[in-house]
Amino acid sequence: MPELIFQLAIILTKIVTLTFIVVLPLVPLSVYFERRFSAIIQDRVGPNRVGIPLSLLGFKKDFHMFGLVQPMADGLKLFLKEDFTPAHVRKAFYWLAPALTVIPALITVCVVPFGSPISILGHAEKLVIADIDAGPLFVFAVSSLTVYGITLAGWSSNSKFPFIGGVRSTAQMISYEISLGLSIIPVLLYFGDLNLSKIVQHQADNGWLLLPFWKDGKIGLPDLQTAMFWIPAFIAFLIFTVSIFAETNRMPFDLPECETELVGGYHTEYSSMKFALFFMGEYAAMVIGSALIITLFLGGWSVGFGLDQYISQLHIGSFHFGGLIHMGCFLTKLLAFILFFILVRWTVPRFRYDQLMKLGWVIFFEAALINVFLAALIIAAPSLSTPIIAAGAILLAVVTGAIIWVAKVSEDQPKPLRA
Amino acid sequence: MAVVKLQRPQLKLGEKIYFGALIKGFILTLGHAIRSLRGKSVGAKDLESSGLGVTMQFPEQRWDSHLPDYYRGAPALVTDEQGRERCVSCQLCEFICPPKAIRITPGEIPSDDPWAKVEKRPKEFEIDMIRCIYCGMCEEVCPEQAIYLRKDYLITGLKRADMLHDKKKLYEIGGVRTGLVNKWNELK
Repeated sequence: MPELIFQLAIILTKIVTLTFIVVLPLVPLSVYFERRFSAIIQDRVGPNRVGIPLSLLGFKKDFHMFGLVQPMADGLKLFLKEDFTPAHVRKAFYWLAPALTVIPALITVCVVPFGSPISILGHAEKLVIADIDAGPLFVFAVSSLTVYGITLAGWSSNSKFPFIGGVRSTAQMISYEISLGLSIIPVLLYFGDLNLSKIVQHQADNGWLLLPFWKDGKIGLPDLQTAMFWIPAFIAFLIFTVSIFAETNRMPFDLPECETELVGGYHTEYSSMKFALFFMGEYAAMVIGSALIITLFLGGWSVGFGLDQYISQLHIGSFHFGGLIHMGCFLTKLLAFILFFILVRWTVPRFRYDQLMKLGWVIFFEAALINVFLAALIIAAPSLSTPIIAAGAILLAVVTGAIIWVAKVSEDQPKPLRA
Repeated sequence: MAVVKLQRPQLKLGEKIYFGALIKGFILTLGHAIRSLRGKSVGAKDLESSGLGVTMQFPEQRWDSHLPDYYRGAPALVTDEQGRERCVSCQLCEFICPPKAIRITPGEIPSDDPWAKVEKRPKEFEIDMIRCIYCGMCEEVCPEQAIYLRKDYLITGLKRADMLHDKKKLYEIGGVRTGLVNKWNELK
């Protein structure tokens, strides 16, 4: 019995620390970065004033902290605003929708490995809430529930712009879920595992999927198979990243809420904290998406360059604190990727709806499908004889050519009957 | 209505793949970000930027020295070099003021005053700065060169009463203005 209570206490501590102390503050932090970084891109300054108001306590100067407290101020503002529920909405779903967008995003945190195990007094503990053997599948299963929130918000608002936003979101999510799922099959084939902790450990030992330049702590060029696998891995990375952009409704795929066409999209009718929940859900999804990309392709918490073994063994007495360094590394990578998300937002203009659908169904779906077979061929190559490899390669080339041809033919617009 | 057939541009393969344009875009935005961080954005020098982008950061840095001569700030009354209030409370400005921001209470100049022949001066002269639209019509209409729009633009207050500029405040902002036509002086 004490054993069970101890286990529960550890799980509870992990949930509280990792979800509410590590991930949740990342949401306002990414809002801050969004505002500051976009300001810098546009030659502005951005919010740099809100800090700790020491002058209220009688001190001479405020402590501005580069405006880091700005998101708190925004949050406080949203709490204090009137929470207005229009008369024409369907109340139950209208209230349910914001929660449905935030909760899945936060649930998916539980499978993300934040660092290598920390051990105290000989008791090792992994820095992941649920170390389940279905990591990516769990993330896909839960994070696609977000779309219910958006769709319900669009429908229950009982107004045209939110409705269009909700419908768009549904179509977009369904389209990109396919390429999202297909694109990581090569990665899973390569690792032969669905446990995210093990995937990261493998990358720490054998080089990151996109930077396979060390093995067993020694820096060097990868062998032929790993080098060849870099190609499908990179294609998978591209498709996965772009699909994550679409999944999280970020620019250039923020069609469900594009301000220029749909006022505010699915959250037009929302105000106050309900709106803030949508906002939070969106940013939480962005954080989780980045975490997933980093975990699968960029080594997760691994520092890389063969240093991980050394870091894991660092200890003061019986306290092995390497995991905390790894967690720092993971968060650094995460912030870098969030900055990349923001850079993309201000670089790529929004796609038209048909372009979005075409990119999803005609290009990414096929590319991901071919990529699966390419990866399979490369992985299976050492155990196959040369003619079979050649035949496979030719077959793949023919299929690719055929698909490109079909895509090209389908691009031709039908001639109008009367000019 | 004539049908205009729009010929969409034929994209080359490189353009269709789209990545070239994406990378160009990244270089552009990142270039802006880096130049902005170094304080070397285009126009940062002319606009006296704070060192981040082209923006001047307000309470610390001000555009005051760059304000053009025709800048229309807060309206104010002036005295001339002889220390005479120029305003004779003719109330033309009160009349012309589009938002009716000015309120004048005329008063008589006592006969023992050296400027007794001017006859009138304002007893009260109030400009409601909440109403004022800085149009400059009062300055234009004044026959006595008594009211001018100054370059003061930070008209703030914590309550409505603070925003009501009375005569004292107006002369304080206006100060002494030299080189005006002194038509009330004795002929030499």
